Amino acid sequence: MKKFKEKLSGRIFFALALSSISALALITVFIIYKGAQTFIDVGFFKFIFGMSWSPGRDEFGIFPMIIGTVTVTLGAAAIGVPIGICCSIFLAEFAPSALQNIFRPAIQLLAGIPSVVYGFWGLLFVVPLIRNYLGGPGLSILAGAIILAIMILPTIITISEVSLISLPRHYKDGSLALGLTQWQTICSVQLPAAKSGIVAAVILGLGRAMGETMAVIMVLGNAVALPDSILAPVRTFTTNIGIEMGYASGEHQQALFATGIVLFVIIMMLNSLAQYITRRKAK
Amino acid sequence: MKLSPKTAQKIAKTLIWSAALFVLVVLVAIILYILIKGLPMINWGFLTAIPRDMGRSGGISSTIVGTAMVTAVAIVIAVPLGIGTAFYLAEYTKEGMITRIIRFSADSLAGIPSIVYGLFGYIFFVIYLKMGWSVLSGGLTLSFMILPTMIRTSEEAIITVPNAYREASFSLGGTKWQTIIKTVFPSALRGIANGIILSIGRCIAETAAVALTAGAVLRMPTSLLSPTRTMAYHFYLLATEGISMENAYGTAALLIILIFFINVVVNAGVNKFMSKGK
Repeated sequence: MKKFKEKLSGRIFFALALSSISALALITVFIIYKGAQTFIDVGFFKFIFGMSWSPGRDEFGIFPMIIGTVTVTLGAAAIGVPIGICCSIFLAEFAPSALQNIFRPAIQLLAGIPSVVYGFWGLLFVVPLIRNYLGGPGLSILAGAIILAIMILPTIITISEVSLISLPRHYKDGSLALGLTQWQTICSVQLPAAKSGIVAAVILGLGRAMGETMAVIMVLGNAVALPDSILAPVRTFTTNIGIEMGYASGEHQQALFATGIVLFVIIMMLNSLAQYITRRKAK
Repeated sequence: MKLSPKTAQKIAKTLIWSAALFVLVVLVAIILYILIKGLPMINWGFLTAIPRDMGRSGGISSTIVGTAMVTAVAIVIAVPLGIGTAFYLAEYTKEGMITRIIRFSADSLAGIPSIVYGLFGYIFFVIYLKMGWSVLSGGLTLSFMILPTMIRTSEEAIITVPNAYREASFSLGGTKWQTIIKTVFPSALRGIANGIILSIGRCIAETAAVALTAGAVLRMPTSLLSPTRTMAYHFYLLATEGISMENAYGTAALLIILIFFINVVVNAGVNKFMSKGK
C-alpha cells in the first residue's frame, strides 16, 4: 500500500508537470489553426509586406504595423534600458539597506500596476505634454515608448540586479584591492561579468514591450501608416488585435489571429534567445 | 580631455542615484495622480451599487464580483498545477530532457503577451469548447497565464528548503511522499503563498486577456457560465469611450489600492505570519 502510494504520487506530480508543456502546445496549435488560413489566402509576402490594412476591402497588409511595433519597442528600450541598468547597479552597489527596502517593493509595485492604468496616465499626462511642447497630435511613437519604458523597468531591473549580486565576491574585492574606484570596478569587472544576465534582461524587456497591449492602445493613436517621425501615431501588432477583435468576424478575424501568429513567433524567438543566453552562462 | 577616475566615480554615482530617484518619483506620481482624482469617488454606494447606463451612473459592484470570480477560477486551477509541476521539477527528477522541456515551456509561457492568451482563450474556451464569453472562459485563460508565475515561485521556495530537513525525515523512515507533504511543503509554504498572492494581483490587473474571453456584460454574474466584465476592463471602457471620467478614476483608484494592498501589505503580513509559525 505504501509503495503504491509512492508510485502514484510520482505519477501525479509528473502528470501535473505535463500541464505546462500542454499549455504551450495548446496555445501554439490553436493560434496557428485559426490564423494560418490568412497566410494561404492573402499570401505570406503580401500579408507581411502589404502596405494597406483595410478589412472592408479584404486588404490585409501589416507592414506599417511591423514598422510601428519595431519603432515603439526600440524607443522603449532606448529610454528604459539605461535607466533600468542604472537602477540595478544602484540596488546592487550603491543603495543603503534602508533605501533597498523601499526600492525593491516599489519595483514590485511598478510591475503590479495594471497596464490600463499606465495607459490612462499616459493619455492624460504624457500625451498632452508632447502635444504642447513638441507638437504633433501627442498620440505618438514617443508617448508609447515612454509608457513602455516605465513598464519594462521591473523586468530589466530585477533580472540585471540578480546577475550583478550573484557574482562572486572576490571579483569586486580583487579589483578594489588593485586600487580601482568603485565605478571603474563596476565598468571593467562587474558589468562585463554579469553581461549575459543583463543581455537576457534586455531581451525579455523587449519582449514585454512588444507584447503590451492596453497601455499603448491609449497613447499610440493607432493610425495604420508609416510614421515620418517619432511624433507620428502608429499601430502595433497588439493594438491591431486589441482594437479590432471586438467586432471582427470571418476573414478579418482570421487576419487578426495571423497578426497574433507573427507576434507569437517573434516573442518565442526572443524568449528562446534569452533562455539560451542564461543557460549557456549557467554551464 | 580624460576624466580622472575620481571625477568619473562622482559623476557616475550622481547619475545612478538620480536614475533610481527618478523611477521612485514616476511611481509616486502615477499613484498619487490616480488616487487624488479617484479616492473622492469611492464610497459605499460606489462599491455596492450595480453600474447603470453603461457605467455612467451607479457603482461598480458587478465588476468587482466578476473580477473576484474570474480570479478565483484562475487560482483554483493554476495553483495545484503550478505547485505540482514545481514539486516534480524540484524533487522527482534529475536535470534531463524532460525537465529541460518543462522549463522551456514554463519560461516561454511567462513571456507570451496577454493579448495572445486572449486570442487563445477566445478560440479555445469561448468558441471551440463552447463556454461562450463567461467567468469560466476568462478564469481558465488567466490560469494559463499565471501558471509560469506559480511554477517559478513554488520551485524557488522548494529549492530553498534546506536538504537537512529532507534527510532528517528520511532518516526517521519517512517515505518521499511523507517527506514532501509533512516537511518540504510546510517549509516552502511562505514562498508558495507569495506566489499565489502575486498571481492574484496579475489576475486583477489583467485586461487584454479577459476582455476577449469573459465578455463585457455589466449584469451581476450568477454562475460560472455568466458573461462578466472585470474592473480593469470596465475602467478601460469608461476611460476610452468617454462614458464617465469620474467613475473611471474611481475604478482606477480601487485597482491601485488593491494592487498596493496585495504587493506591500499582504506580502509583509505573510512573511510575519509565517516567521511567527516557525
